[in-house]
Amino acid sequence: MTTMTATRTAISVTGLRKSFGDNVVLDGIDLNVAEGAIFSLLGPNGAGKTTMVHILSTLITADGGEMWVAGHDLANDPDAVRAAIGVTGQFSAVDNLLTGQENLLLMADLHHLRRDEGRRRAASLLDRFDLADVAKKPAATYSGGMRRRLDLAMTLVGDPRLIFLDEPTTGLDPRGRRAVWQIIRGLAADGITIFLTTQYLDEADQLADLIAVLDNGRIVAEGSPESLKHRIPGGHIRLQFADPRDLESAAHALGTASRDDEALTLQVPGDGSLRSLRTLLDRLDHTAIEAGSLSIHTPDLDDVFFALTGHPSTEKEPQR
Amino acid sequence: MSTLSHAVTDSATMLRRNLRHMQRYPSMTLLILGMPVIFLLLFVYVFGGTLGTGLGGVAGGRAVYVNYVTPGIILLTVAAAAQATAISVAMDTTEGIVARFRTMAISRASVLTGHVLGSMIQSMLGVAVVIGIAALVGFRPTASLAAWIAAVGVLAMMSFALIWLSAALGLVSKSVETASNLPMFLLLLPFLGSGFVPTDSMPAGVRWFAEYQPFTPITETLRGLLLGTPIGSNAIIAVAWCGGIALVGYLWATKLFNRDPVR
Repeated sequence: MTTMTATRTAISVTGLRKSFGDNVVLDGIDLNVAEGAIFSLLGPNGAGKTTMVHILSTLITADGGEMWVAGHDLANDPDAVRAAIGVTGQFSAVDNLLTGQENLLLMADLHHLRRDEGRRRAASLLDRFDLADVAKKPAATYSGGMRRRLDLAMTLVGDPRLIFLDEPTTGLDPRGRRAVWQIIRGLAADGITIFLTTQYLDEADQLADLIAVLDNGRIVAEGSPESLKHRIPGGHIRLQFADPRDLESAAHALGTASRDDEALTLQVPGDGSLRSLRTLLDRLDHTAIEAGSLSIHTPDLDDVFFALTGHPSTEKEPQR
Repeated sequence: MSTLSHAVTDSATMLRRNLRHMQRYPSMTLLILGMPVIFLLLFVYVFGGTLGTGLGGVAGGRAVYVNYVTPGIILLTVAAAAQATAISVAMDTTEGIVARFRTMAISRASVLTGHVLGSMIQSMLGVAVVIGIAALVGFRPTASLAAWIAAVGVLAMMSFALIWLSAALGLVSKSVETASNLPMFLLLLPFLGSGFVPTDSMPAGVRWFAEYQPFTPITETLRGLLLGTPIGSNAIIAVAWCGGIALVGYLWATKLFNRDPVR
């Protein structure tokens, strides 16, 4: 269904399919991204993330499906879509022979901005992305992080309402990554819708309002980072014992726990809340068993990711 | 703004970009000039004496041959400029920037138009330099102003045709290396025509090819305009060839550019 709800839809995809020859890359994708949201498409290499960005950003055509991007029909009015979006692809899309400033002015010219307006916008983007010092140097001399920032700045010259970022932090050092994250948060704060692909779970977890997990051309899960974490098991408290006899009596007292005789540990299911922890400790106190140490394990997106993509048969429900 | 005026503005923007590339990457321009200049000097100073005598000129030798060979060398320059177009188009499309252009609301044709116009300027500047050097080594054209204008027109027409064809060759290539090899045949054609020796001196099969391939009527037209030799029907045939090649090159290049870049 493509009915408009109270929050306006920035991207709406129904039944998207794409093959390259015999290789089915996208196999019936349905997707809705609300305006102003940070949406993250999460998946391993080869899942079809980049193909999806290529299609939604009008670079290549789909084999089937209905797609609306920024309020325009992708198939019938790609130019209207192009006017509303900005794209920063996986591989740098800067002109290496031009300087940083010339790259931005080129974008301003292609957006048909007035000359003074273009110069003003280029100058403010150079400042904002910390490139003012190297503005007059050819982009070929830039470091990876500077090139990525210039790439993003070029995407912003046209004031897009929706930005596609295809693995924006791949290949950056931790500092460069954090800088890009900061920029993305800033853009979202300005109300720009962001479609972000990543293979890094922590990145999706840090940034996204909504995550879809793509595997083998299908979306195997969708939801907020929190709701995805709730959908899989893995939250538990781990007790470490010094003596097999303590392990034996604790296992007896706690019942539901799963034990590991080799490592002398017990795993007690729990949601990590203070109350469940207190109950557990009370019961251990009651039986006067000495536990050597205790650790709390909350499920992170890694657990979600492997739980979901570890089962290629997509019909399977996540086990409870 | 209308679509047409957008197309014009965007093409001008792309042309500025391509001219700046030429300025920042001058080795390409030197490459275009190097080959024809070396061939000019080689053919005039090494082979020129003998070849000139073979032409049967009264004054004989080298001086006659300089005049004979210069139109061929000029066409070689145009072919070299076209080869450079294939290389720069291929370099451009293998970089991410063209993918960015494709996702922008700009006139798509402008990317190619920018390349073609830039290469035309490069080609005509190259021709001017080569004519200058030829004049230094003894080229003495007899053309009137009108004939010069017509000659420039013929060269512009031919550049336009070969450059559109090369743009397509650059787009069809999957790598820059292929793009530099594919247009090689353009550099051979002046030799297999009337560019360096008259076609009558060739054996039957080669001669047949030489007389019917596009470079020969263009060479003869140019030679006629610059040196006053008879042109005859060559001018019409040259115009027809250039028109045909330009049309095929243009349609092929735009079709290649408009298909999905990832397949």
